[in-house]
Amino acid sequence: MDIDLITNVFYAMVRTGTPLLIVALGELVCEKSGVLNLGQEGMMLMGAVIGFIVTLTTGSLALGFIMSIVAGIVMSMMFAGIALGLNANQVATGLALTIFGTGLSAFIGAAYVGVPITGLEPINIPVLSEIPIIGKMLFGQDLIVYLSFVLFGLVYWFFKSSRLGLVVKAVGENPHAANVIGLPVMRTRYLAVAFGGAMAGLAGGYLSLAYTPLWAENMSAGRGWIALALVVFATWRAERVILGAYLFGLASILNLVAQGLGYPVSPNLLAMMPYAATVLVLVMISSNVMKSKMYTPMWLGKPFHPHS
Amino acid sequence: MKLSVKKLLAGAALGLGLAAGANVQAADPLKVGFVYVGPVGDHGWSYQHDQGRLAVEKHFGDKVETTFVESVPEGADAERVIRNLAKAGNKLIFTTSFGYMNPTLKVAKTFKNVKFEHATGYKKSKNMGNYLSKTFEGRYVAGFVAAKMTKSNKIGYIASFPIPEVIRDINTVQLALNKYNPEAELKIIWVNSWFDPGKEADAANAMMDQGVDVILQHTDSPAAMQAAERRGKFAVGQASDMSSFGPNAHLMSVVDDWAELYIRKTQEVMDGTWKPEDYFGGMAEKDIIVPAFTNMPEAVAKEAQQIVDDITSGKLFPFTGPIKNQAGELKVKAGEKLPMGDLLGMNWYVEGVKGSIPK
Repeated sequence: MDIDLITNVFYAMVRTGTPLLIVALGELVCEKSGVLNLGQEGMMLMGAVIGFIVTLTTGSLALGFIMSIVAGIVMSMMFAGIALGLNANQVATGLALTIFGTGLSAFIGAAYVGVPITGLEPINIPVLSEIPIIGKMLFGQDLIVYLSFVLFGLVYWFFKSSRLGLVVKAVGENPHAANVIGLPVMRTRYLAVAFGGAMAGLAGGYLSLAYTPLWAENMSAGRGWIALALVVFATWRAERVILGAYLFGLASILNLVAQGLGYPVSPNLLAMMPYAATVLVLVMISSNVMKSKMYTPMWLGKPFHPHS
Repeated sequence: MKLSVKKLLAGAALGLGLAAGANVQAADPLKVGFVYVGPVGDHGWSYQHDQGRLAVEKHFGDKVETTFVESVPEGADAERVIRNLAKAGNKLIFTTSFGYMNPTLKVAKTFKNVKFEHATGYKKSKNMGNYLSKTFEGRYVAGFVAAKMTKSNKIGYIASFPIPEVIRDINTVQLALNKYNPEAELKIIWVNSWFDPGKEADAANAMMDQGVDVILQHTDSPAAMQAAERRGKFAVGQASDMSSFGPNAHLMSVVDDWAELYIRKTQEVMDGTWKPEDYFGGMAEKDIIVPAFTNMPEAVAKEAQQIVDDITSGKLFPFTGPIKNQAGELKVKAGEKLPMGDLLGMNWYVEGVKGSIPK
């Protein structure tokens, strides 16, 4: 492998990892507040289709991205209304949201299949993007990738050093205790779910407006589910989410690059790696009761009645 | 049953009346079901099958009632979907992906009065036929165009799954390269998916990073075409016309046109003349079309069109010997043609292809 090739592998690694990173950061915040939303895939697809249609009709990429975020939030609020407002089972509600979003996005987008648009172009930061190996990866990306770096920083800081981050964690660990000391449990959870929706919508928009600027049904192709696995893989810590997202990205890129170079590695084996790693982490967490308690938000997925 | 056949015949007659402009009520419509592996909105394989379904609707009007189920996973789930379609009264069911073969056969055994048509497989029974388009004919032309248009002598091939259809098409491209540009190297990347725009684009980019300047694909989304457009390289579209995704990158598209076949099969079921067959249609039958040659010199386009004409007339058959396998053993003697059965079950690479078929 020459230097250019390695540079491009790292560049592609970040690009491929970005939609996963954005969704996973959203889901991380959501799960930290104790809410398990399995609707990522549906919210992503709605973000993708709405963003695409808006950009196609208005010609504005910015508006497209904003509307994909809005679409994600709207979808997540449907989930919140049922799962938090009516205390329905979160797993079932989340699954329903995915199925609903997949179908609705296909329905809305039917007329937009096969229509090309000009997608978001990368912005090369002068000088810095010329650095071998890491230059293109960090400074030759598009705006959404840069935004994802910022988002990671914010989420990391949020849980590490902000008071609000503590509130979210408290609500996810023990909502009853949080309620007793006067924390707004329900409001926190609604906001966390909305943030998750916004991120999923943004990631969807990234797919249809930057990554592959087109709309095709079910174009997220399971990335929402990978992001969910990532949060577990990362044991609910932001710095491991970013690591995991890029690892997933690297594994899927290396799989392709190795084949192109003619290395005799089974593509199936390489494609399996990230999932095998997730299972391994799950086994490691659950084999130790203490670890399991330390990492997993205690109230994850359980409904909370403010007045009980 | 007899009655319903009569009714259908009456319906056919009335339909003709309708076409002539008379306003008459048709009899019970013939129900026709379709099972797709991808979403109809993939703008590729499933999209083209759905175009075929729409052509049936347009042709027969209210004499038919069509239903489709999209994004059906290959395997156990497919059997349930096919069974439900049969239960719902569909008398003709098209199952349009390789992995539906055994499920279709299983359901066909229980629903003896329903006709099944399975695409891209090789099994048949009393009430199940199979059909396939000779995509390799189009792929041979694509191989020629790639051979002429590459400057780096590196051609990329995004492959889905190692099934005979895909292997056959890789071989055809290699045969074209062997003939028209033996210097050119074919880089194959398996993405293990029929439809994942992100992954297809990643594969295209990974190839271009390695110097590939013409990309062929046996996957269904236009993402690779788009990736080639972004980087000023060339690509060949698959299943449907993908020229709108690469105004400067698009060389040609190998388009599947199922309309004629689907209309014929539907008519046969209506007339009661349907028989199971191994149907293998290509350019001569207008099942495979190459709408246009773009972004290439006049001379190349002309020669490519000549190849299309020769294949259509039967003058040229891509799998004509001498053909050797990777080990250099002679598989087809000079002047002989590879038999249909070997083509349908192809599981070996021809000389020149690098690497091995994933197991």
